[in-house]
Amino acid sequence: MNHSAPGMKTSVAAPLAQPLPGVRRPATAWIGIVLLAVALAVLPFVLTGIGTAWVRITNLAILYCFLALGLNIVVGFAGLLDLGYIAFYGVGAYTYALLASPHFGLHLPFWIILPIGALIACLFGVLLGAPTLKLRGDYLAIVTLGFGEIVRIFLNNLSRPFNLTNGAQGITLIDPFRIDGFTFGKPHTIGSLVVSTPVNYYYFLLIVLVAVIVLNLRLQNSRVGRAWEAIREDEIAARAMGINTRNMKLLAFAMGASFGGIAGGMFSAMQQFISPESFVLVESIMVLSMVVLGGMGNVFGVIVGALLLSYVPEVLRYTVGPAQMALFGRTLIDPEVIRMLMFGLALVLMMLFRPAGILPSAVRKREFETARRPGNGQGTP
Amino acid sequence: MDTFLQQLVNGVTLGSVYAIVALGYTMVYGIIQLINFAHGEVVMLGAMVAYSVIVALAGAGGALPPLAILAIATLTAIPVCMVVGYLLERVAYRPLRRAPRLAPLITAIGLSIVLQNIALIIWTRNPLPYPQVIATVPYRLTATPDGATITNVQIGIIGLSIVMMAGLLLLVYRTRFGVAMRAVAQNPQVAGLMGIDINRIISATFALGAALAAVAGVMDASYYGVAHYQMGFLLGLKAFSAAVLGGIGNLAGAMLGGLLMGMIEALGAGYVGELTNLCHLSGWSDALAQRCVNDPHLELFGSNYQDVFAFVVLILVLVFRPSGLLGERVSDRA
Amino acid sequence: MRPIHTIGLTVVAAAIVSLYGCGKEEPKQAAAPRTETAAAAPAAAPAAETITVKIGSAGPLTGEIAHLGKDNDNGVRLAIDQANEKKIKLGGKTVTFEVLSEDDQADPKLGPTIAQKLADAKAAGVVGHLNSGVTIPASAVYNQAGIPMISGSATNPKLTEQGFKDIFRIVGRDDQQGPAVAQYLESMKIKKVAIADDATAYGEGLANEVEKTLKAAGVNVVAREKTNDKATDFKAILTKIKGRNPDAVFYGGMDATGGPMLKQARELGIKAVFSFGDGACTDTMKKLAGDKNAEGFICSQAGLPVVAASKGFLDAYKAKYKVDPIIYAPFTYDAANLLIAAMQKADSPDPAKYLPDLQKISYDGATGHIEFDDKGDRKLAEITIFTMKDGKLDPIAVVKGGKSVAFADFMKAADAGTPSASTTAPAKADEAKK
Repeated sequence: MNHSAPGMKTSVAAPLAQPLPGVRRPATAWIGIVLLAVALAVLPFVLTGIGTAWVRITNLAILYCFLALGLNIVVGFAGLLDLGYIAFYGVGAYTYALLASPHFGLHLPFWIILPIGALIACLFGVLLGAPTLKLRGDYLAIVTLGFGEIVRIFLNNLSRPFNLTNGAQGITLIDPFRIDGFTFGKPHTIGSLVVSTPVNYYYFLLIVLVAVIVLNLRLQNSRVGRAWEAIREDEIAARAMGINTRNMKLLAFAMGASFGGIAGGMFSAMQQFISPESFVLVESIMVLSMVVLGGMGNVFGVIVGALLLSYVPEVLRYTVGPAQMALFGRTLIDPEVIRMLMFGLALVLMMLFRPAGILPSAVRKREFETARRPGNGQGTP
Repeated sequence: MDTFLQQLVNGVTLGSVYAIVALGYTMVYGIIQLINFAHGEVVMLGAMVAYSVIVALAGAGGALPPLAILAIATLTAIPVCMVVGYLLERVAYRPLRRAPRLAPLITAIGLSIVLQNIALIIWTRNPLPYPQVIATVPYRLTATPDGATITNVQIGIIGLSIVMMAGLLLLVYRTRFGVAMRAVAQNPQVAGLMGIDINRIISATFALGAALAAVAGVMDASYYGVAHYQMGFLLGLKAFSAAVLGGIGNLAGAMLGGLLMGMIEALGAGYVGELTNLCHLSGWSDALAQRCVNDPHLELFGSNYQDVFAFVVLILVLVFRPSGLLGERVSDRA
Repeated sequence: MRPIHTIGLTVVAAAIVSLYGCGKEEPKQAAAPRTETAAAAPAAAPAAETITVKIGSAGPLTGEIAHLGKDNDNGVRLAIDQANEKKIKLGGKTVTFEVLSEDDQADPKLGPTIAQKLADAKAAGVVGHLNSGVTIPASAVYNQAGIPMISGSATNPKLTEQGFKDIFRIVGRDDQQGPAVAQYLESMKIKKVAIADDATAYGEGLANEVEKTLKAAGVNVVAREKTNDKATDFKAILTKIKGRNPDAVFYGGMDATGGPMLKQARELGIKAVFSFGDGACTDTMKKLAGDKNAEGFICSQAGLPVVAASKGFLDAYKAKYKVDPIIYAPFTYDAANLLIAAMQKADSPDPAKYLPDLQKISYDGATGHIEFDDKGDRKLAEITIFTMKDGKLDPIAVVKGGKSVAFADFMKAADAGTPSASTTAPAKADEAKK
């Protein structure tokens, strides 16, 4: 806990970690937390001033934070490269869509479906993990990629012979979140303040995000987190220390997957329409880029990565096109192409020059540095 | 019977292309235990470069015979791809040779995206109609009219693949360079001590794989008549699966795996649908029988799962026989 | 309408040209309305008050189907420019219409965000989006904001089945287009047909409707195959189809896959007639399949095709953009005009006021006569059947309300003065009505 991150609330109980040694925080840290909380609470209204669209963009950014944090458990904590992560997101989204839409005529409340979605995604995580975990890292990467594609292809084709997912047509009229009479899908007025649909979801997402961050931080320093770290650094040594490496890796997959599942459920409710085209490989790679760019293994780094890559396309939209217009009189390269080029280059350059990310986790940084020192090759050239 | 024979011909042709691409994966993997994720993009670049050359030559008057155009195009694509292959290794993999496994994999994915988007900028997103310089001539395989055929292009692809595989085997098992390659693959440190320039051998391996990829790209694009900037990715993944099926690191394995993968896909797309047709079970359930009157194609899995077959094979092989059909290496030596 | 992740779509012979053409045109386009506003405002100011009414135009302006998105956007801009020239008055004030073009990148998750942007900007109405996958999630936001939306290209039936009163479409639904092709195939006395699709919302939806109609007509569907929109190898499924010996093959998918499929089919010696939906009803087919192989295939386009669209529109489009419209520009052009016409009727740009007029509008546009049914779909949208003849796509029949009319007869009827496909410029028709 010596590198405890600033801004982490020690008062919130986390189920997986042991009680922390009494860390005393200076008053300034608390003031910082309070200020941050106030800022985040007011943010949607400020954004609404600029344009409600920005609240929606922020909501998507928070969703990506969930995904990146979930993938971070697998890639950052346990060191297993998962290239099919978006499959779990898709599974969660479809679970929600099937249980809360006219497709099967089911309309369960979200607090029941989200856990179910997490559970089913978790099952898929185990399903994927169990046969593949004894594989070495690079094989695992390809198999997970294949798995991601398989899930998408199934979602796309399970309309025949029996209509489960409605195939490529997607599922429409998905229920928004509802608590008793209160629906997230409509604007509400409190006094003179209008709280629009995206703002409703913003607060929900924010609360879940804080919970997820706390969970992640506690997880990282828990027995489980340290076991993952050990596996990541040296699997054989970890096994020798008595860590059940297989179960630990499975746990990483399962936990990562359930985060994806929850995020998927929320996506479903916010979007009210889903189809398999939202769960393609590029999305997996985008989430991976967020994790890598921000700093594998560092919760706050990952969030920075997720926010950065969520807002960059929006920024590009308003800069690249007009800039090219001004320079060449026409758009030579789509902002979308530039975005993808940036993702690709970011992955390469980060690995070459700053492999531990923008906000590196201390341990990860050490690992990458030791590995680079000559004479430390582990048999492989 | 004609249908089956035709599917077999389709499968063998496709399999030959897979085999050539798989060789690139397996050589690189054999020598530095790295999955060169961007290999599929090299295949794509090969097809694209050749496309530009063909269009230029065909447009320049067309005095050249078709075979010469194709040969010149391929011979241009090969060095371009070799340079790309060399650069990939030099820029992105070599500095990371000692890094944790995750690092080169992530760069490989990054490079794959970069190459795709560069190709997109140069050759646009539209599928390029691949010029049919050689007129397709079908040859009948059976006596039935309208029966199974094999075309001159298919024969060319299969023949060229065999020649290239034989050449590669000769290179690896009969030359000094081949000996050096095998030595590096077995134990780089010791090979280095024996006076072999390891870096040079590794670079050469990448370039060799890229040359094969270039040819595969031209073959694939002219066979199916279309090329586009994303054609390499899935092709690469399937070829990789083929390499794993045959036993990664093993040259003969890659060839066998490629051929098998091609046939699995063709026969799978052709027959799995019929085999999993629920209407075969009509006798067991009246409700089912009634649905089948209306809809006789209640297929659980059909050609829509064509792309899944390769991945399923990959997963099955890795779970039950990680060393592949012909491989001796154990895949999970940590 | 179209699948999102299709790799490279359509490009009609003119498309590459058009992309560059549009690109070059862009500064002028963007500048045109603005200068006009500037010029119009001071001139009109002393006489009467002026107001600006914003019309949203949403579609993919970047990405894989950007050329189609730009085509749609051009249609809207043309309509708006013409409206501005007419100095329309609403509530006694001269109106300057302004187009807000937003890029949805054909990405479903961006649909609601883009819709929100247009809502934030207080758009009085929206023309868009292009893809059904984006249009459906976006429609919920427009509905909530009370902004009427008309899509000129989203063909997924579900769009208008959501019960949203302010969501319209003026292009034929998949379940209108599918039966039309099927009816045409049936009229060719075909007994055995094989059906394939590219497993996208568009291709699958279309193929399912074709299958349904043909089965109902007693045609034997001998194979139902699927590939995907990124595939290049169709030999396996084609061989299977060949084994079943069909008289005709229908493929629901885009030209990017349809062309190579046709080529490979002929290589395998399949002699059946090939038929496609509007996604493969382009000149690109000829390039991808090869001139000889492409000869004689049949395809359909929802609505009246570009060549049958009113001449006034075609001339104006060509004059402004120097290229021919690709597919849906006449529809987005009509959609924008519909919004304006409804506003004129209600004498107000307020969505709440003009929505009832939009619902019961009766309008003669570039794509024929337009009326909406209860769901917001166009009543009796026409579908045109084409064939590739001597390297050119030739309209051979128009299917409307289940009846197939030979194209020549249809045009004759049109020239005789039937309102549908009127050859007068819609602008004039509009003025005549006033």
